[in-house]
Amino acid sequence: MNSSNYFPMRCVDPGTHFDSWKVVARGLLAERVRPEEVVWEPGESLFANEPVVKTVAPISVPADLVDLAKAVTCHQDSSRWALLYRIFWRVILGGERKLLEISSDRDVAKARVMQKSVRREIHKMHAFVRFRKVGEDETGRERFVAWFEPDHFIVEAGTPFFRKRFANMDWSIFTPKGCAHWFGGQLKFSEGIPVDPTHHPDELEAVWKTYYRSIFNPARLKVGAMRAEMPKRYWKNLPEADLIESLVRDSQNRVGEMLEIEPRPVRAERKNAYLGNLKERSIVPHCAGPGGDSSIEEIARLLPGCRQCPLWKSATQAVPGEGPMDARVMIVGEQPGDREDLEGRPFVGPAGKLLDQALAEAGIDRGSAYLTNAVKHFKWEARGKHRLHHKPAAGEIDACKPWLLAELSKIAPEILVILGNTAARSLLGPGIQVSKQRGIFAAPHLAKKVILTVHPSFLLRVSGEERKKEEYRLFVSDLELAMT
Amino acid sequence: MELQQKLAILADAAKYDASCASSGANRRDSSNGKGVGSTGGAGICHSYAPDGRCISLLKVLLTNRCLYDCHYCINRRSSNVRRAAFTAEEVVKLTLDFYKRNYIEGLFLSSGIIRSADYTMERVVEVARTLREVHDFRGYIHLKTIPEASPELIEQAAKYADRISINLELPTQQSLDRLAPEKNFVRTKQAMGRIRVKLEDAADRRKTGDKKLRHATGQSTQVIVGADASTDADFLNRSEELYASYRMSRVYYSAFSPITEPSSILPLSAPPLIREHRLYQADWLMRFYGFQTSEIVNEKHPNLDLRLDPKLAWALRQRHEFPIDLHTATRDQLLRVPGLGVRNVDRIIRIRRHTRIRLEDLARLRVSLPKVRPFIITADHRPRLEELDIDRFYARLPIQHEQLELFPHALR
Repeated sequence: MNSSNYFPMRCVDPGTHFDSWKVVARGLLAERVRPEEVVWEPGESLFANEPVVKTVAPISVPADLVDLAKAVTCHQDSSRWALLYRIFWRVILGGERKLLEISSDRDVAKARVMQKSVRREIHKMHAFVRFRKVGEDETGRERFVAWFEPDHFIVEAGTPFFRKRFANMDWSIFTPKGCAHWFGGQLKFSEGIPVDPTHHPDELEAVWKTYYRSIFNPARLKVGAMRAEMPKRYWKNLPEADLIESLVRDSQNRVGEMLEIEPRPVRAERKNAYLGNLKERSIVPHCAGPGGDSSIEEIARLLPGCRQCPLWKSATQAVPGEGPMDARVMIVGEQPGDREDLEGRPFVGPAGKLLDQALAEAGIDRGSAYLTNAVKHFKWEARGKHRLHHKPAAGEIDACKPWLLAELSKIAPEILVILGNTAARSLLGPGIQVSKQRGIFAAPHLAKKVILTVHPSFLLRVSGEERKKEEYRLFVSDLELAMT
Repeated sequence: MELQQKLAILADAAKYDASCASSGANRRDSSNGKGVGSTGGAGICHSYAPDGRCISLLKVLLTNRCLYDCHYCINRRSSNVRRAAFTAEEVVKLTLDFYKRNYIEGLFLSSGIIRSADYTMERVVEVARTLREVHDFRGYIHLKTIPEASPELIEQAAKYADRISINLELPTQQSLDRLAPEKNFVRTKQAMGRIRVKLEDAADRRKTGDKKLRHATGQSTQVIVGADASTDADFLNRSEELYASYRMSRVYYSAFSPITEPSSILPLSAPPLIREHRLYQADWLMRFYGFQTSEIVNEKHPNLDLRLDPKLAWALRQRHEFPIDLHTATRDQLLRVPGLGVRNVDRIIRIRRHTRIRLEDLARLRVSLPKVRPFIITADHRPRLEELDIDRFYARLPIQHEQLELFPHALR
C-alpha cells in the first residue's frame, strides 16, 4: 500500500517571516503531517484563497529552537522552510526533544550553518552600513541615508541596533531585501528596492578615506586576513574600499623607501624639569637591608630596593608598615596579599577587614596601632586569572627579618601582637606552633607584652559556621589580652 | 594646518598600537539621551585595512610631539617626523562625525607626552569629558593613560572611558632602559595595580545598586615583539603575571615594524609576523584552554616553534597522552586536542550524551579531520601510533611562515 494515497502532498505558503511560517507549521503539526508530505511554496499556495490550516493553540517549543528558527527563516536558501519543519517535527512529534544538542545531526548542522551565516550578516550589516548625511530639520535633527546589499533577509532583525544607537537622528537604510526608516522616533519597514536611491555625496567620506589610508601599516600586508573579515562583495558600498588596490600596490615601494632611510641618531634630551624629575624617581638604589638606625621613613624609602630574596620580581611593590611612630601596639602579619600588593598598604584586603572588626571588638583602635608584615612582598602563583597566595619559605622570612626588626626597634611597642606562624617564625624562631602556644608569650627582648595568635586569613579558611564563630571568638579574646 | 593633514599625521602616528577591541563595555544606548551611541556585548569591526587589522575605533594621537625617546617609536623626540596637534574640539567633532556615519564604534585616544604626564593626561581626559558631558556620547572610548600621571587623573579617565590602558611595551626593565629610557617598569605595574583596584571597586558599586554608574570595565596593555632580545618565554611569563596581577582584558603583541624614522639602535631585522601570531595562540591557550605557561615554553625551549601552532607542538611533546577517546575524555583533556576549539569541545560533550561520535560528525562540526585524526579515538576511528611522529607533521604541514615574513630579506 502506498502511503501517498492516504497522505497527499500538501503545498503550503510559509509567508516571508518566522511568524507567518509558525502559524502554518503549527497547523500541520497539529494534524501530524509528516515533513516529506509538505511542499513549501512561498507566495504560490494552491490554496491561496482559503486558510491552509486551522488556527490551533500554540505548542510548547524549546527556547533555543525558537531562536534557531527565527534566524534560519532570515536565510535566503529556499529549502529553509522544509528544513525547519523537519526539525520541529522531529523535536515535537518524533520524540527527539534533545535533538538540538546533537550539533552533528545532518539537519541540525545545516540549520546551525544557516543560523551562523544569518547572524554573521546581521553583524556585517551593523559594521558595513555607511550613512550619508542628507540634511537637518529646523530643530537641528540630522537626517542620514544608507544603501546596503545583504544576501539574507536580515533588515528587520538588524535594525534594532541602529534604532538604539542612532535614536536621536533620522535615517533610512535601503536594501533590495527590505528597507528600514527611523523618522521622528517612529520605526517603519518598507519593501526592498532594486537599486541604490541615494545619490548624496558626503564630504566626510574623504576624511574617512584619509583616516583609512593613514591607519594602514604598509609594512605588514595581510590581504587574506582583510578579505576573510571584509569579503569583497561588500566593497562596492564601502567608500574606503576604493583605496585598497592602490594601498596594496604601493606598499612594497613604501617599505622599500623606509629601508633606505639613514637611521637617526639619538637626540639629547632638552633641559626639562619634568624629565629630570622622572629620572630621579626612576632610580631605586638596590640595598642589602635597612641601615643600623634607619627611621621608619627611611625604611619605607629603602625597602623597594631590597633584593635579598627574589619575591620583588613578581610583586607590584614592597608593602611597608603603617601607623603612628608612638604606637603602643604593633601588629605583625605574614605577608601582603593580593589587595595589599596593589595598594601598597598592609591589611587592606579581606583578612584586613576581618582584623579591623576583631580589633574594634577587642577595644583596640587600628589607627593608633602600627601594622606590618613579616615578609614585605606578596608571594603568589598564577591560577588562570587569579593569584594564589603562597606561604613564604624560611629563606624569604629570614631575608626580610632585618626590615621587621628595624621597624620593631623604631616603634618599640609596649605590646606586640604576632599573627600566625610566619610572623612567629620570624620573631620567635623556628618550632613555634601558634595553635599550641597562643596567648601571652614571654619574649621580653621584643616587647613588654607579646601576644601570639592566629592570622585572620586562617579565620577566612575555617570551614563550618560554628567553628568559624568559635575561632573568631578565640581570636578576639587573644587580642583582648593586649588591653588587660 | 588643515584638519585632514592633521588626521593623516596623527592617525599614522597611532597605528602602531595594536589594541582594537570595542567589546566588554557596560551596556547602554542613546534611546533615553540627547546624543548618539551605544555599547555592550561584542565589539564591531567596521572596516579592515590591507594589513589585516580591524578598524573599530578612530585611533589617533592628540599630538605626536613627545618628550620621550623610545627608539621603536616613530614619535620619539629624536625622530624627524612631521608634528601636529589636534585641539580637543577637533577630536570631538571627528569622533561624532565618523560615529554618526557608522564608520566607528568610538574613539581610541593616546598622546605623545608634552610638558608633563599630568599636563598631557589632562588634555586627553578633556576630550573624553567633552564627548560624554557636552555631547552625551554613549559610544566606546579607550584612553591611553600614562603611569606617571596622578592617580586622580587616571581615575577621571576611567570615569569617562570604557577601557583604559598603559602600554608596557617591553617585558623587562633592562630592555626599557635600553630602548625606552623614560619608562619604568615598577611605576607601570603600580599604576596597573591602582587601575585594577578602581575597576573592581566600580564593578562592585554597579553590582550593589549603582546600576547606572559609568566607568571603565577593563584595562589592556601592549608589548612589542622583536625589538629586543626577549624570548617568547619572557613575553608569556610577563603576560601570565599581568593577567593574574592586574586582570588585563588583553595583552596585545605587536611585531616590531619598520618605521620611516628608524633609530640607530633598532634591531637589524624585523621579526617574522608569524611570531606575533604564535604568541597570540599561546596567550589564548593560557587564557581559555587551561595551559600553564611552563607547558608552552620553558628554560630549555624559551621560544615557540614557528612551524607548528603551540597546541600541536605541546601535543606532540606529550604524545604519550594521546590518542584520547572522545567519549570518555574530560573537558580539560578535550580542550588539549589539536584542532578542537572551546565551542566544539562543548558540542562534543553534549553530543556524546545522546549518540556515538563518528568522524563524519566531526566533519559536520567543521572540525579539520586531518588535524584531529592522529589524536583521537571515535566510534569508527583509532589512529596508528606512528601518526604522532613529529617529523611527519613537519613534512606534511605547509611551511607558512615564509609567506608571512614581514620582509623576505633582512633589513639592511
